[in-house]
Amino acid sequence: MAPAHRPAPPPSAAHEATGPLLTMTGITKSFPGVRALDGVDLDVTAGEVHCLLGQNGAGKSTLIKVLAGAHQPDGGEIRWRGETVSLKSPIAAMRLGIATIYQELDLVEHMSVAENVFLGHERATAGFVHTAEAREATAALLARLGHPEIDPGTLVGRLSAAGQQIASMARALSHDVRLIVMDEPSAALDPDEVDNLFRIVASLTASGVAVVHISHRLEEIRRIGDRVTVLKDGRTAARGLDAHTTPTRDIVALMTGRDVEYVFPERRAATDRPAPVLSVEGLARDGEFAPVDFDLHPGEILGLAGLVGSGRSEILETVFGARRPTAGRVLVDGRPLRPGSVTAAVRAGLGLAPEERKSQALLLLESVSRNVSLSSLPRFARAGWLNRHAERAGAHAATRDLSLRPDDPDRPVRTLSGGNQQKAVLARWLLRGCRVLLLDEPTRGVDVGARAELYALIRRLADDGLAVLLVSSEVPEVLGLADRVLVLREGRVVHEGDAAALDEHRVLGLVMSDGPGPVPAPAGTAPEETSAPTPRGDRP
Amino acid sequence: MNTSEGHTLPAEAGSAPPGPAGPVAKDAGRAGARRRPDVHNLSLLGVLAALVLVGVLTKPEQFLSVQNLQLVLTQASVIGIVTVGVTFVIIGGGIDLSVGAMVALATVWATTLATQQFGLGGILLCALCVGLGCGLVNGLLVSFGGLVPFIATLAMLASARGLALQISEGRTQVVSVEPVLALGRRDAYLLGIPPIVLVFAVVTVVGWLVLNRTTFGRRTVAVGGNPEAARLAGIDVRRQRLLLYLLSGLCCGIAAFLLIVLTGSGQNTNGNLYELDAIAAAIIGGTLLSGGRGTITGSVLGVLVFTLITNLFALNNLETAVQQIAKGAIIVAAVLVQKGRTS
Repeated sequence: MAPAHRPAPPPSAAHEATGPLLTMTGITKSFPGVRALDGVDLDVTAGEVHCLLGQNGAGKSTLIKVLAGAHQPDGGEIRWRGETVSLKSPIAAMRLGIATIYQELDLVEHMSVAENVFLGHERATAGFVHTAEAREATAALLARLGHPEIDPGTLVGRLSAAGQQIASMARALSHDVRLIVMDEPSAALDPDEVDNLFRIVASLTASGVAVVHISHRLEEIRRIGDRVTVLKDGRTAARGLDAHTTPTRDIVALMTGRDVEYVFPERRAATDRPAPVLSVEGLARDGEFAPVDFDLHPGEILGLAGLVGSGRSEILETVFGARRPTAGRVLVDGRPLRPGSVTAAVRAGLGLAPEERKSQALLLLESVSRNVSLSSLPRFARAGWLNRHAERAGAHAATRDLSLRPDDPDRPVRTLSGGNQQKAVLARWLLRGCRVLLLDEPTRGVDVGARAELYALIRRLADDGLAVLLVSSEVPEVLGLADRVLVLREGRVVHEGDAAALDEHRVLGLVMSDGPGPVPAPAGTAPEETSAPTPRGDRP
Repeated sequence: MNTSEGHTLPAEAGSAPPGPAGPVAKDAGRAGARRRPDVHNLSLLGVLAALVLVGVLTKPEQFLSVQNLQLVLTQASVIGIVTVGVTFVIIGGGIDLSVGAMVALATVWATTLATQQFGLGGILLCALCVGLGCGLVNGLLVSFGGLVPFIATLAMLASARGLALQISEGRTQVVSVEPVLALGRRDAYLLGIPPIVLVFAVVTVVGWLVLNRTTFGRRTVAVGGNPEAARLAGIDVRRQRLLLYLLSGLCCGIAAFLLIVLTGSGQNTNGNLYELDAIAAAIIGGTLLSGGRGTITGSVLGVLVFTLITNLFALNNLETAVQQIAKGAIIVAAVLVQKGRTS
């Protein structure tokens, strides 16, 4: 990358005097099958808002988990107020004065605000909690946060998303906190709640607390940020950029430029597409996504691009029947599917490779072959009696077709790398004879090097006549792999067109710019909770 | 993942076999994982052998007598059949606390004077239907009522016991149907094996086959191991759960009939604490309480271990209090061993 993008840390005299509050140098962290952090540097000064930017999978969430003591780094050094420290546990991080507010708030819903705020460090004598004292202290914290109207005795589960965010911040402030890490705090908030949040952040920094702020929204960074560190593919692409003066195109270039270029397979020349195999008509879910229409043809890859919370995974899961739509329908070969029924969708020839492979797709205790055959058991059985040799042979043929390695169907699936686990999930649907493949973040947790192979594989399946609906938070992946792209922003399709006619900057502009507001939830209610899998944040 | 693989080129990453230093090597591939339950069962066999040795050393004549062996196996049969059903439920990610109560209700209902009129067939059919009926209620509550299995089957435990008491009015209902009583007598033994034990053997074999050789068994493991993955793979999770509770109820019905044969009566206090014995046997047999893993062989070995302990304590005139302490210690030891192996 051009050296111009990596200015030296600002040689401010004030920094020299006090020294940085936090310095992380060369942090590395690997998970089975993926290298999440590959030498990250970050320095934070007291009293600043330091923005952490990067695409999904860049390592932001892993980094803040290291900072919160939730993950132990494999290498690198963390210096806190000039001294080398190791953050062995979340408690250790908290004792130093580092508080983290996660994207999915970690509050106990059935406890009151005050109980949550002092959870783990209750004010107590001989085990008896001083309830009144805790409530008073909580009320003071809430007032400091500009929300004196929240009663410390309210159950957290009854608060709105914004209220829970405030409770979470009150918890952070209940410690002697010097650094607050906020992971996309504005994602769940209305615009005026965001304003209030930023007021709080300003007052915190004025009192010398440092804030590490993760956000996808460039305009927020301009508003409250002091400096910016950009992560890309697990490395620091640039550190300490000025948040106000660095041009947007430079920041986007830093986020998107790659050392390892993705290799995407050739698209076949667009010929006359056969009739659509999948048609989605006016499909919608209140509070998640507005009515969406599209057709998907055999041999075609349709990409859904958008940020976390844009509704892309929700659309996919609703098409698959894992969530029940509030309006619209899904047709396969012109016949409508029973809404909200995965069984019906699978029977009609749909297959889903979900976002969270380990929790949503795999039986981790079982072998590769048993994971692959799971959706096709009746095929290998007569009156319920399994022909295990046919089952194993069928599964083996499917995995071999996808070059799953190692080529051993009896190996426990959990010992495979991320890419090969994904192939096992794909093999499951191919064995089933699926005709529409729904892919949710197909390369999440897959090594950068192994991605090209998956891309080629997906393209080959499409060329063989499969229809593919692809969801990815990585814009280049959608653009490189899909034939056609729907760009989503806050539950609405803001653009539809040929992938070849779009570029990454344009899409990032579309998904990050301020357009119409979010999809309105039904009057007066928060977005309803579902038993369906919830969209996850971008974790490794 | 080892550091050298972080940024290999696609082609290399594609073709490189995982070397011994690779991420997959940390846990010895297929052999280790596949043989794991067998290792567990082998250690249980070791425990059984040790218990036999204790029996031979302390009471050589009584312990090895044909009568005593017949007694041990007979005692193991009723609880063993219940345990097979409970093992399925637990592997499928559930729990069934109502088995003892279902056995009690089935014995009582099948031995009322009205039922006895229909002879052996009536008693058998009634016991099976009561088991299936209770299992159906459990299954519907869990699958379609959305109740937590613990709560649903706890409620069934209370209600079925209550109903058993109401029907029997607390009395022992003596069976006067000759063919039923004949099944329990010594002259019904086949080559010295009581028919009750034969039924247990059949249930065990069928249970093993169903778990390991059928789509039903495979789905049970899937639903227990990862219900979300099973659902997204197109498996009807609710139907599978319903069937599992039905199966457990059916096993209780069979066990109840055997108990009637064995005691020649029906009683509302039958099957006392069977739920705990069955769960304990499944656990020491290597079944994960969280679901997704377990074996019928292990559960049956678990039942035999407990029955042998009871037998040894009785032969040596030791107090039952000590016996219960020993059972508790065995449960803890078995789970600790298991934890050490899986973590």
